[in-house]
This record gives sequence, C-alpha cells and structure tokens, in this order.
Amino acid sequence: MPDDEGSDQKPPRRGGPKRYFQSPVAEEDVKPIKLKSASQQNFSGEIIKVEQDKQVPFRKAFHRKGTAHKQNKISSSDVNKKHKIPKDTLKKYHKGPKVRTKGVKTKFFKEKQERKEVYLEYATEQAARTEILLTERQGFIEPDEEELTAQYRQEEIAQNVDILSASKHFKLNLDFGPYSMRYTKNGRHLLLGGRRGHVAAFDWVTKKLLCEMNVMEEVVDVSWLHVHTMFACAQKDWVYIYDSQGTELHCVKRLYRVNCMEFLPYHFLLATGNKDGYASWLDVSIGELISNFNTKLGDIRIMHQNPGNGVLCIGGGKGVVSMWSPKVREPLAKMLCHSTPISALTVDPKGKYMVTAGQDRKVKVWDIRALKGPMVSYQLRLPANQVVVSQRGSLAYSQGTYCEIQSNLLIGKEARTPYLRQTCDSFVHGLRFCPYEDILGIATAKGFQSMLVPGSGEPNYDALEDNPYQTKTQRREHEVHALLEKIPPELITLDPNEISAVDVPTLQEKVDAKGALFHLKPPKIDFKSRHKMKGRGGSAKASRNKQIVKDLKRKEFIEDVKKSKRTVFNQHTKNSNDFIPLETSEPSVLDRFKSKAAKKK
Amino acid sequence: MKVKMISRNPDHYVRETKLQNHRMPRNFDPELHPMETAREYVRALNATKLERVFAKPFVGNLSGHRDGVACFGKHPKYLSTLATGAYDGEIRIWDLANRISVRNFVAHDGFVRGIVYSSNGDRFFTVGDDKTIKVWNNAVPDLGEEEEPVNTILSRTILTDISHHRNEQIYATCGEVCAIWDENRNDPLKTLKWGVDTLHSVAFNQVETSLLSCCASDRSIILYDQREAQPLRKIVLTMKSNKLAWNPMEAFNFTVANEDCNLYTFDTRQLRNPLKIHFDHVSAVTDVDYSPTGKEFVTGSYDKTIRIYNVHQSHSREIYHTKRMQHVVCIAWSLDNRYIFSGSDEMNIRMWKANASEKLGVIKPRERVAFNYQEKLKEKFAAHPQIKRIARHRQVPKHVLNAQRKMRAIKNKEKVKEANVRKHSKPGKVPFVSEKKKPVLREDV
Repeated sequence: MPDDEGSDQKPPRRGGPKRYFQSPVAEEDVKPIKLKSASQQNFSGEIIKVEQDKQVPFRKAFHRKGTAHKQNKISSSDVNKKHKIPKDTLKKYHKGPKVRTKGVKTKFFKEKQERKEVYLEYATEQAARTEILLTERQGFIEPDEEELTAQYRQEEIAQNVDILSASKHFKLNLDFGPYSMRYTKNGRHLLLGGRRGHVAAFDWVTKKLLCEMNVMEEVVDVSWLHVHTMFACAQKDWVYIYDSQGTELHCVKRLYRVNCMEFLPYHFLLATGNKDGYASWLDVSIGELISNFNTKLGDIRIMHQNPGNGVLCIGGGKGVVSMWSPKVREPLAKMLCHSTPISALTVDPKGKYMVTAGQDRKVKVWDIRALKGPMVSYQLRLPANQVVVSQRGSLAYSQGTYCEIQSNLLIGKEARTPYLRQTCDSFVHGLRFCPYEDILGIATAKGFQSMLVPGSGEPNYDALEDNPYQTKTQRREHEVHALLEKIPPELITLDPNEISAVDVPTLQEKVDAKGALFHLKPPKIDFKSRHKMKGRGGSAKASRNKQIVKDLKRKEFIEDVKKSKRTVFNQHTKNSNDFIPLETSEPSVLDRFKSKAAKKK
Repeated sequence: MKVKMISRNPDHYVRETKLQNHRMPRNFDPELHPMETAREYVRALNATKLERVFAKPFVGNLSGHRDGVACFGKHPKYLSTLATGAYDGEIRIWDLANRISVRNFVAHDGFVRGIVYSSNGDRFFTVGDDKTIKVWNNAVPDLGEEEEPVNTILSRTILTDISHHRNEQIYATCGEVCAIWDENRNDPLKTLKWGVDTLHSVAFNQVETSLLSCCASDRSIILYDQREAQPLRKIVLTMKSNKLAWNPMEAFNFTVANEDCNLYTFDTRQLRNPLKIHFDHVSAVTDVDYSPTGKEFVTGSYDKTIRIYNVHQSHSREIYHTKRMQHVVCIAWSLDNRYIFSGSDEMNIRMWKANASEKLGVIKPRERVAFNYQEKLKEKFAAHPQIKRIARHRQVPKHVLNAQRKMRAIKNKEKVKEANVRKHSKPGKVPFVSEKKKPVLREDV
C-alpha cells in the first residue's frame, strides 16, 4: 500500500507540526482511551475556572515565588477536589435511568451513547451544585416549650414577624359574596369575584388596585390569563374577558353557563366545565375553541388542572375522578377515589399528588403519576369542602367556616393536630396558596382574608419562569417568549415526557397487526393487454390473457399469505417473549358466555 | 415562639439604576419547570422552522469574466484571495472581502485549465490549452509595469490540470502523461504513464503528501506515488470520472465526481468497492471539493445545481441553485469552512454560505449561546416526523424534479426487468449483485 511504504522512506520534514499518523509509537502500544464516569473525569467547567482565578492572589505569587508556587498548587487541588453533593439533592435533579447500551448495534453508536450519558451525569451534577447559590430559606414556626403551633393565632404570628410580612396578613370585608379568588402565576396579583357581580383585581402586596367593578350579573368563577393585564370571568351566561382596567375585551358566547375555569399557562388554554357537563378548551392566543365536548358527567362543579402535565381532573358525583385531554373524547384515566360524591379536589403544584375529599369525611392523597393510592387518608369530623396544596407540600382544607393546615400532605394516616388552624366569620368558598409566598388566601361568603402560613411557599423563584419583581418590559418579553413556546394541545398526555420516549407499539396495535395478517384482501389486478396488430389479437384473446394473468397473480398471493401465516405460527409459541394469545385453547371462566358454535370449536 | 417567613428585600431583587442589568435569580429545580420535554420540543420545532426561514445561502456574485469560468485557485494563506481562470485564457485575482477583482490579465491562448498556488503562497502556476505552464508572482506589479509571467515552461504534451505538493516545491501536471515538476527547473522530474489515454484531473494528497491520483478518460482512476517510477494502482469505473478530491483529514479517503450523476468515496486500501455512493445529482457531476474539516464536501454539476454532502451519507444535505446559474464547472470550499465558491458557464462566480442559515457578522456571546442551544435541540429532536420533514424539505428546480422522476422510473424499470429475468431463468444463474459492487469494473495493480 502506498501509505505504508511512504512513512519510512520520506525525507525529514522541515519543521511544522507532526501529523498524527507519524507518531513513533507502534500501533500495539497505543492504549484505547476508556470513558470514565463523570465523578472520575476532570471536567474544568467555567465555574471552577473562575474560582481558580480568584484563589490565586496575584501579589503573593509575585513576591514570594517559591512559596507562592506551592500555595498555588494547593489551592488548585482544593478546587479540583469537589465537595460532595448530598445524594437526595442529586436525585432531585436526576433525569432518569441511563439508556442501556446492550441493545445498540454498532460500537460507534454504543460509544456515542456512553459519552452522552457521561455528559448528562455531569449536567445533573452541575445543576445540583447550583443549589448552594440559592439565597432564601424556607419559613418555619418554632413553638415554645409545651406549646403547639396549632394554638397560635394569626395575630400572634403577625406580631412576631417583620413589618413586611405582617402587612401581608389582612382581611377585606366585602358585601357581594360569596367570593371566588385566584392569584397570578408569579403570586403578585389577586383577583376576586363576588357571586353578586363584584370583580376586583389588585396587587395584593402593595394593595394597589388595578380595577374594581360590578358586572351587574352573577359571577361564578374568575381566572387570570397568562399575564396580569387580562382576566376571564365566568358570568351568568357567558365567559367574559376583561383587561386590567376593567374594559370588556371579549364575550365568549361559545362558553355557556360555565361553572369553573382553569388556565393552562404553557398551553394558553382556558379550560372550562359547564352546567351541562361540557368541557371546553379555549386557546386564548388565537381565540379559538380547541375542543368542546360532553363529558357525560353531568354538572361539572369540581375541576382542577394537573400542573405537571396539563390534564384536567374532574371530580364527579359518583366518587370518580376522571382525567381529560382536549384531543381525546374519552377520559385518559378514571380513578374511583371515594364511595361517596367528591366534595373537593386538587393536584399539588409539582404534579405528583392528587388530594381528594369526599362526603365520607375523608381526605385522601393519591399518587397521580402512577395512578395509585391512596398513599394517605385522613378521617375528619366534617366533610372538607375545599382542599389545596402549596408549593412546598402544605395541605389546607376547610370545613364550613373552619380551616386547617397540615404542614406536609404525606405526614401520616391520622389527622393529627394540625400545623395551623383558623376559624373564619363565614362559609369558606375558596382556598388558594399564593405562589412564592407564605400566604394562604381564603375567600369567604363575606369577603377575603390573607393568612400567614410560614413554610408553605417556595422561597427561591426562577426569574425566567415566574418573576414577582417583573418590570413592564420584562413582562412583555416574557409574554412573547411564552407565546413562541406555546405547547400544542395534542401534547397534553398523562406522561408529560411521552414526546421524547421511544414509540413502542402497544399490545392492541400488535394484536391488530397480527390479526391483519389473516384478513388480507387480494390485490386488484389492473392488467392492460398490449396492443397487437390487426389479425394477431382480438378481444377474445385479450380477455383470455387477462384471466390467465389474474389467476396467476391470485395464486401467487395465496401462496404468499400461506407462507407468512406459517412463519407466524412457527414463531408464535408460548415461549416467545412477544406472545399474544390470539385464541386460547385453555378453558376459561368466561367460556360460559360463548355461543354454542364457538364452544364446539 | 420563633417564626420565619419568606420576606424578600426588594433591594436584592430589583436593580438600583437603569444602568445596571436586571437581577435574574435562577432556580434550576426541575419541579419549577414543568412540562420540560414538551416545551423543548416546541423550541426545537421553532428552531427548525427559523433555520429554514433564515436559509439564505447566496452571499454575492463576482462578475467580470468575459467567458465561462473554468478553474479556481485557493490561496493557502489569505482567505480573501481567490484566483480564477476562464475559457478565454483570462485570469482574475479577486479580493473576496470587497468582492472586487484586483488583477486581471490574459495568461493563455484558449482555456485556462488549472491554477494552483505554491505552498507558501508567493507564486501561482497556471496551465492552459496552449501547452504552457506559466508561473506568476502573487504580488501585484508596480504601476505602469505589464503583467508578465516569472517563468514560462513549454510542455511537450497537452496539459489539462495542475496540483501542488503540500509543503515541498513540487507540482504535478497531467495531460497525456502525469508529470512531476520541480518549481526551479524547466523539465519534469519524472513522467508517469499507464496506458495511452489522456488524464484530465490530478490531485495531490494533502496529508500523505507523496501520494497523488489522476482521472483518465478511459474511465479509470490511477494512483501514483511521487517518489516511485511506476504508478501504484488503477481502478476502472463504468463511467468517466471528472474530478477527484482527497479528504484533507483522512489521508486514505478520496471522492470522485462521476459522469453517471453519482459521486464515489473510496478507501485507498479497499478500492474494489466504494465506501459510499452519493446520489441526488441528475446530470454529470463536474467538480468536487472537500471542506477543510473533512466531514463534508461540495459538488457542482451539469444540472445547474450545487449540492453539499456529508461524507458518510448517501444523500445530500443541501442543494443550492438560482434561476440564472448555468452548468456549474468548478467549485471550491473556502479554507475557513464558511463559504463556497462556484464558477459556472455563464461567466459568473458565486459566493455561497456553507451553512445556509448561518448568521454572518459579529455574533455576541448570548447570541452564540442561543444558537448553540438551538443546534442541540434540533439534534435531540431530529428524528421526530414533523421536525424531520421541515428540516429536509427543499425547493428544487422543475427540470431537476422532472429528471429525478425520470431517473427513478428508469431505476425501477431495471429492477423489475432484473427480477423478471431472475424469475424466468435457472435459480442461481442471475446472482444478486450489491449496488456498491456495480460501479467498479476492475482493479489493476
């Protein structure tokens, strides 16, 4: 070969870098590079570099050369010796199990996948490391000796906190109740809607009013849209959309006699349930009704979105919670949660747990990702008529005028002494935790009150997701970005990561494919005989030829089908891993329902 | 009792003056970022759409030649210099940054067949139909002085192409024979010959620098070693190869542009069947040039289009065409891996971006980060049907589309015919031959 001969005969090169194939090391001596795991590998990420620069004091290095050199060495090794990350922190940022490379066909792709896993591990570690940069801490109450947190009243808590926090405890006496309420996604603004037409939107932290009006009609439910400049009101007949000045922007007559509304911020969908049992999804960015169908559940009164995947959970009168996606007309899943009608329903902001309350005076916590449960069940003295879960997992429920808060929704089976309790002056109609604040908003028949619940909110917000200190330009920019990243409604599924999963055929599809093998139709044969000169052809001859060809083809087809059937039967043994019983020969309990003819077979 | 509540001091979250940047505290907790995958998918879809929206590959046009452009010479050191030769013997040196021609002179009678720069870039060599090799200074002559070659060598045979050694003062020409020349001498160091036919393309390997190869008009490709007296080996293809380009990173691979609309990438160690056949052109491929990274190459064709291929893929990733561009005669990939030059029959030289949707000009760090993120997303979701469809779709001229249909029909016809022949002959008499084995007729050593 030319390559081999060239390498030793060549005259020495005049300078310049050596090429890779000219290395003096023999090929056998070169060790293959093995991939190490991220912990063994020495990544020099940017963060580490910055630290290195900081740790080498320039002056010292300049003056005392000998010692400085030593110091330098120590400091760099200190930096390289990364401090360990707690396992549960790592687990929080973990992206799931590794892809097994066993089934990968070629070495190239196997190594590629392994390298990718190393990078992923490194990324997880880096993300976990950023946790030390978080500035705020979660709130708490530390009771004095022989005291319980439950016995502290709101006034006492308010006296013991700073002025800013104390100002967040307030009460509004309003006359147009009962009220429904919503906080914005960043927790800055509050929207109140009184049954007798009173609608008010305000910045509840500074108590600055955006608008207040009476729509002179019944207000059933209210909801913010994606920004605090627009909100929707479900009124007596239709849903209206107002801006923050109180100007009516739209009247959506397609949404008729709506009971409850939920806004899905990442899909820009306003989901509603109405008195006739219709669930509707309105795309507020284009003003189109994406989907509208009858759930056949009757009057929808209890409805909540799952913030983890955008699925709508509707609680029915039979104790069943059904989950709905706009593009599927049947429920994605149904869960029998209570033996009595459901009185309240909520999903925690992380999308992990669902909490239901029934007329049987129970509150149950379900694992909504695995559709399993109940994980915890509390027995109360009265049925709960509202339940909510905060960002940090505090559970609040109301029974008539009385509210109780558990510090953690998974704390135990018995409804022990609550974390905090509160008695309101009238019936509680709405409960909501304020995002990114330690506040529980309670809307009652006679107004609204804001309750301090230390430790309920997420202390550190992500400014690119929700920013309570958003400026006007930031809000506008965020709106544009959010619109660009609007998730299409087709992607609302039970598993939010389904789009990145491998498309494996379901059992039903496999059965259908196998079944289709046995019910093939013979292909249509479109045979056109060649045009022949006069005297050679004739229509009789042509038709005979056509028949011959048709017969031949049919014969071939039948043979093919037979062959494929034989291979299927040969492969289709019980021991094969994809065994699907097409027809079972073993006796079954269900055989009694078979017809006589089928039994004989 | 001790109570702590979330109480944010606005001073830590709001900027003090307008001169500061906004404070953006981050929290990477996955639970604060729900529906991450679906959002990433939408971002990837948007990025793919934007890529197609911004795909404006045509950078500019260099006009000045008075006849079709025949060949290019890339300067090894200056990115902004390009030498071009035309059918009328004129040579132009271009300043690519300003898109003007800085020098022009008539070098040969008849076609200019090849231009190469010396390895240090001081001089360049041209060959033409008048059987001469002319050596020119790279420096522009003083004002009032005429353009004159430094040296003119009269060859005994016709000359069709020229190629320069990577680092030594040696160059090779081809014609009736392949001749190796020293820069300082007027006679060839040696001539290499195999068979009687003319050679029309020669190329030095840029890594394994003594190796060179020629395309001959008897449909063969011949490999030579510059140090040896005899040629090394030869393969004969079914059709004539027009041009040959060595992979600049992988010393043993080269690609030939063939008359049968395909390109073939060969491994010198295994010449019997090509590593890859590159389809998609609908007419003879006239020229091919590798990117300096060795991962892609660009081709020009008689079907008036330019295509870019990944070395490891059979189908092109990109097609460039304009209404006015005629048969592409020569093509070059700039040494900074960013531009492509094409010379065509209708006297124009066109400048294209190698990556059609790349943003030209200064890119700020945040922009760079955003582009990198988009790239990664596109890669991650590339297999999704909708994204794949958008990324792959190209508008193709009508004549190309029609020709593609025709070629497909022909291919199908041949397949059917072969199947029929097989059906009606003795089993095993008509063997199955792989497509890869078909183009190489024989290999001679």
